[in-house]
Amino acid sequence: MIRFSKYLWLYALISGFVLIPGIYSLIRFGLKPSIDFSGGTLLEYRMSQPVSQAVITDVAAASGIALISVQQSGSGSYLIRMKQEEKPKIEGLTVSLERSASVTATIVRHETVGPILGRELLTKALYAALFAVSAILLYIAWAFKNVRFGVAAVIALLHDLLVVLGSFSLFGRFLGVEVDTLFVTAFLTTMSFSVHDTIVVFDRIREYTKRDRSRHFSDICDTALTETMNRSLTNSFTIIFMLVALVLMGGETTKWFVVALLIGTVSGTYSSPFVATPILLLWHRLEKRRTTA
Amino acid sequence: MFKNPKRVFILLFLLTIALVIIDLPENYRLKFTLFGRTVDRVINPPTIRLFGWTKQIQTSLGLDLAGGSHVVLEADMKDIKSSDRGSALESAKEVIERRVNFFGVAEPVVQTSVSENSYRIIVELPGVSDVERAIALIGQTALLDFREFTTPEEATAGAFTFPTLDNTKSAGITGKDLSSARLSFSQNTGEPEVAIEFTSDGTKKFGDVTGRLVGKALAIFLDSVPLTAPVVQTAITDGKAVITGSFTRDTAKTLALQLNAGALPVPVRPVEERTVEATLGEESVAKSIRAGAIGLGLVALFMVLQYGRLGLIADAALVLYGLLTFAVFRLLNVTLTLPGIAGFLLSIGMAVDSNILIFERYKEELRMGKPWGIAIEQAFGKAWDSIRDANFTTIITSLILYNPGNWGFLPSSGMVRGFAATLLIGVVMSLFTGIVVTRTYIRVFYKERA
Repeated sequence: MIRFSKYLWLYALISGFVLIPGIYSLIRFGLKPSIDFSGGTLLEYRMSQPVSQAVITDVAAASGIALISVQQSGSGSYLIRMKQEEKPKIEGLTVSLERSASVTATIVRHETVGPILGRELLTKALYAALFAVSAILLYIAWAFKNVRFGVAAVIALLHDLLVVLGSFSLFGRFLGVEVDTLFVTAFLTTMSFSVHDTIVVFDRIREYTKRDRSRHFSDICDTALTETMNRSLTNSFTIIFMLVALVLMGGETTKWFVVALLIGTVSGTYSSPFVATPILLLWHRLEKRRTTA
Repeated sequence: MFKNPKRVFILLFLLTIALVIIDLPENYRLKFTLFGRTVDRVINPPTIRLFGWTKQIQTSLGLDLAGGSHVVLEADMKDIKSSDRGSALESAKEVIERRVNFFGVAEPVVQTSVSENSYRIIVELPGVSDVERAIALIGQTALLDFREFTTPEEATAGAFTFPTLDNTKSAGITGKDLSSARLSFSQNTGEPEVAIEFTSDGTKKFGDVTGRLVGKALAIFLDSVPLTAPVVQTAITDGKAVITGSFTRDTAKTLALQLNAGALPVPVRPVEERTVEATLGEESVAKSIRAGAIGLGLVALFMVLQYGRLGLIADAALVLYGLLTFAVFRLLNVTLTLPGIAGFLLSIGMAVDSNILIFERYKEELRMGKPWGIAIEQAFGKAWDSIRDANFTTIITSLILYNPGNWGFLPSSGMVRGFAATLLIGVVMSLFTGIVVTRTYIRVFYKERA
């Protein structure tokens, strides 16, 4: 048995190390919204030859279109974002691009989202998240006959969500990564993941508490963590294999979605033994102190 | 009969064969030579016929994979009583559906979505990559309006005035009064024109109006744009008329189609448009399949390295899991999208988790000194609690994401749905394979050397 309960400070340190830059960035820079949220037009061009991004920006400016961003995805493939533009202007852009860079340019993806939808998506995502969190909290409280378990699981869940949000704030700041509808999906999936993992650990704690009431609670937690550690690692590895393959080999469209899932998985696995369980432990200690005092 | 693992195994074997047949690739050309005989045929999944119910088994691909246009139209309901809004939206949907079918789009999807104060129509057109044309087809309100001049001087034949919305007023006849419209050619000039026929109600109205306006101009507006302003020669009571304008053959035909399909009862405008070229979709499919295969291979290898022969059994169960889940996608017509594939692959990771939980339990029970036969059975029993609880939360989340009740306050985007559907089906199936299948395989094949 490993005495996990002795190193609570270390877990706090690790979580802090990951969370603080993310939260700082989240407050300072926020997230970079995609057209799903802000409204606008996204074009994916396939060019017969690579064109420098500066050329694209200049040509667009000459056609009277201010680009928000130009991003190369694969050779000769470009994602271009702009405010909402009508078809004639975009056709003009294609023609001038072809002329000035002497390439053939084809639009393979064309998305335009009006600004109302963005605001709506945000509130809907928020409702979905709140709804899911309360459903999960209720389920755990019911399954474990104890609100404490539910609250600890939800705090671990918030931890994971902050990790995902924080990293995407940093990605947005330094890599220009935007959050879109898919990110919202990954965000919500992280919730279920995080809890999935926590339940496995809590289930063990519940089992041992039932078996031996006189046993010290930190002892129980240590045994439970030792026994589930291998499973947690193995399971995360299988999911991580899957997701890493998707990040490296899958399409550009889902790349950052999968990255979000990946971060959520890693954080979800970490938070079960090192956030949820310590909270349970601290809560237990506090309560004990109060009853003995 | 389910008590005997060998019988269950035979059932599973039969199931596997059925699943393989359901999962057969579409239009796959099989060509090989075996013992001097050449086999060359195109493979397709079968069609199920059951008590008069037929189902063609095929994978439905979302627009992001198959290519096509996705358009969200918002209906402007400000002139419509709140009690009538639901039915106005429904009839707008029907009109759009008819128009889409008119233009021969294969398997279009037209849905309505109502949330709070927004009334929307979602149109998905596979294979149509020109979204502008698509909107022109479906969103054109094609509001035909017959208008008369407000001041008598302007209306007389001699003093020709260009009709505008300001100097005319509606004569009370609109596209709703038409029963049919078709392309025809002028007998005098051979120019294309649109021949219209009125409904019986419309015939009466049109007769009245033309009777009143003999010698005066009657302007015809399409979508608030004047098309033509012919001077009424005599009252038209037979309910037939032609619209002339500077039409080309195509524009006349389009107008006829639009008028035929009926004017939209409520104006709509696009708030979201997404188009994907089919080539990009094909690439995405190929990439996802390759990534999935590699990921799956790694997972399988890892399980064998970690658990030896038990890992092999888990891998065998995983194969059945893959076949089963894909078959369910096909049978339930789940539309596969890129996020959907990601959800499917993710659920594979979760399917393995059930096995990992059981195997870890098994190892523990062995360490306690139990004989392996008892240890493995107990491992299944004890791991079930965590497997059930853990998967239940995933089911809750995917249900919320899928939003089956179509609640307005939850997301209902196709992408999110695609992901939620595959994740949900995947997790439910994984409960079956993780427990029943692995257990049967172990009971039949696995023996620990003493």
